[in-house]
Amino acid sequence: MSQKELLKVNNLKQHFPIKGGFLGRTVNHVKAVDDVTFDIYEGETLSVVGESGCGKSTTGRAILRLDEPTDGSIEFDGVDLLALNKREMRKKRKDLQVIFQDPYASLNPRQTVAQILMEAMAIQKAVPKAKRRERAIELLETVGLNADQIDRYPHEFSGGQRQRIGIARALSVDPKLIICDEAVSALDVSVQAQVLNLLKKLQKEFNLTFLFIAHDLGVVRHISDRIIVMYLGKIVEIADKKSLFENPQHPYTKALLSSIPTPDPEVKKERIILKGDVPSPINPPQGCRFHTRCPFATDICRQEAPALRNLDNMKEGHRAACHHIEKIAAEQ
Amino acid sequence: MNQETILDINDLRTSFLVDGFEVKAVDGVSFKLPKGKTIGIVGESGSGKSITAMSILQLLDKPGKIMGGEINFKGRDLTKLSEKEIRDIRGNEISMIFQEPMTSLNPVYTIGQQIRETLKVHQGLDKQRGTKKAIELLTLVGIPSPEQRVKQYPHELSGGMRQRVMIAMALACNPELLIADEPTTALDVTIQAQILELIKDLQSELGMSVIMITHDMGVVAETCDYVAVMYGGKVVEYQDVKSIFKSPKHPYTVGLLNSIPRHDTDVDELEPIKGNVPSPKDMPEGCRFAPRCPFATELCTQELPTLDTQADGGEVRCWIYTDRWDGDPEVNVRESKRTAESE
Ligand SMILES: Nc1ncnc2c1ncn2[C@@H]1O[C@H](COP(=O)(O)OP(=O)(O)OP(=O)(O)O)[C@@H](O)[C@H]1O
Ligand SMILES: Nc1ncnc2c1ncn2[C@@H]1O[C@H](COP(=O)(O)OP(=O)(O)O)[C@@H](O)[C@H]1O
Ligand code: SF4
Ligand code: SF4
Ligand SMILES: [Mg+2]
Ligand SMILES: [Mg+2]
Repeated sequence: MSQKELLKVNNLKQHFPIKGGFLGRTVNHVKAVDDVTFDIYEGETLSVVGESGCGKSTTGRAILRLDEPTDGSIEFDGVDLLALNKREMRKKRKDLQVIFQDPYASLNPRQTVAQILMEAMAIQKAVPKAKRRERAIELLETVGLNADQIDRYPHEFSGGQRQRIGIARALSVDPKLIICDEAVSALDVSVQAQVLNLLKKLQKEFNLTFLFIAHDLGVVRHISDRIIVMYLGKIVEIADKKSLFENPQHPYTKALLSSIPTPDPEVKKERIILKGDVPSPINPPQGCRFHTRCPFATDICRQEAPALRNLDNMKEGHRAACHHIEKIAAEQ
Repeated sequence: MNQETILDINDLRTSFLVDGFEVKAVDGVSFKLPKGKTIGIVGESGSGKSITAMSILQLLDKPGKIMGGEINFKGRDLTKLSEKEIRDIRGNEISMIFQEPMTSLNPVYTIGQQIRETLKVHQGLDKQRGTKKAIELLTLVGIPSPEQRVKQYPHELSGGMRQRVMIAMALACNPELLIADEPTTALDVTIQAQILELIKDLQSELGMSVIMITHDMGVVAETCDYVAVMYGGKVVEYQDVKSIFKSPKHPYTVGLLNSIPRHDTDVDELEPIKGNVPSPKDMPEGCRFAPRCPFATELCTQELPTLDTQADGGEVRCWIYTDRWDGDPEVNVRESKRTAESE
């Protein structure tokens, strides 16, 4: 792939302080994201999956600088985002838009759809004033709503329609990258399918790049080009979609994939049931963070954190962080 | 089916009176559950799944009222029972677990106190025997170090563990019927796998019958024997689990199956159902699905079809399967690429 990297995230860390004691001092840290490195290519959809609390949203928020990262660098289209001041960063947000799970919470209930869309354009000076309403109507049609709905308020729309308004707002400033954080998770499946198809169509039409945060692996398989699997603040595996689903290497990825119920009663599959819960990110396990639940853990796993590696049986660009990839592959 | 039927619901109707307006949350639900089996109730949000479950145990919020129909449980119509009689059945012969365990566990009592209370009410166990049984139950649902856990409060447990505690409480009195309303929707998939496995194991061990309410067709495929699909407060299709996936009959069921993005295979394009789920305040006349149905005819928009038994034993509520069908006589509801393939 001779693709251009649109976003480069290097050694990103996000440690949130935990205050305690009667002096309110920092007593500890939540290591929500702990040394994460990846690139996003222009025009692709890169998904981030993993269980609740593994650091997916935190990664997205750090890229948008909604939270100030603890450490690391984020380069967008050749510009070091962390070096920008507030005003410069606000301007950059034109290129970096976000769509959240709950569109209702992110839409001002007192504004009509027209006002919502025109305000976004005004903030970014993306469209000359006289053209804004016309552009808003165009956007509504692009996302599959009717032009005559433009003067209505968010509460007059269903969840799926509100998500379309959120998408229209993101598109209104002509962004390069859209971070979708659980953008379809709250929708009923029949409506979720509509929105997924819409996102795919818009990506082609406007050459958009998506960072797609989700926990539903069916959705992820449908929309992604490449996938990152996170566990407790770390990337455990990264691969193109086909490799991840058909040749997973990390024991956690395998367990995750085997846990998803298949909508076909005639498929009988081997299920890997993991023991216990995800440990707390406050004092994550030493060494490999998965060792407390991993059926293959040995001494080295408890002592040393494994690095992401590519081996001969894996496609180019496919990497997994496990000490025993070879051994596990040989046993199966 | 010559098996013993434990639950037979017939034309159940439950409404909420809001501002002088009748919201028909459940409006004609019928299904049978053979003893020892699991039935899945599926449908999108607002289709009436939870209200069906709450109606069985008469746990409806204030303005809610059963307007008609029968709920026959082991030969008794539960809708005819007194408040006291239904209280004896609740948590004893029929138990329920909810989507969000935190709302149904009391935050100010320990896990042990809460399980003991159930055992005291229904089985008259004293404190000592209650504690012993509570520890047994926590062991049964796979909670490590149960002796410590009985002394803890709900907020000290993870979501998965709280759901296990809920199941332990639901099982305290060996219920014959367990109603599980989205028991794993709030959980991560690896924890969901643990809980579903647990429910299946316990079912085969204890011979319980289960109603599994879910919107996830994957959960249905893996846990249920029979499936009732709900739409707009009504059951629109009822079949055994294999048939519903292999030969869905109702256009809504077909649409639902074609909307699912699959994790186990590549699908070029999803085939969503157009439009949105109708609001109960704005229910279409005639077939509730007509505004979204690709096959709808004039008859469909005017008259509501009934839930009719088919030659193969399944039940479907759709004009296509009747003598009065006025659309294309050759219509194939499974004309989509995806459902056609899986035959
Ligand atoms: N502002 C904050 N202060 C302290 N801890 C935080 C903060 N934001 C997130 N965390 C913690 O960081 C970890 C990662 O959170 P994050 O929201 O990124 O998870 P996620 O992967 O998006 O999960 P979900 O699937 O539930 O959305 C969690 O343990 C969370 O509690
Ligand atoms: N307390 C209530 N007051 C008024 N309407 C209600 C109430 N509870 C539920 N409803 C309505 O009843 C319908 C069915 O709800 P429910 O059974 O909870 O759906 P689900 O299938 O998502 O479980 C919905 O339209 C809902 O809005
Ligand atoms: S490094 Fe060890 S504990 Fe971690 S995933 Fe690999 S085998 Fe399991
Ligand atoms: S009755 Fe008519 S509208 Fe309703 S599902 Fe059947 S064909 Fe569609
Ligand atoms: Mg999140
Ligand atoms: Mg419900």
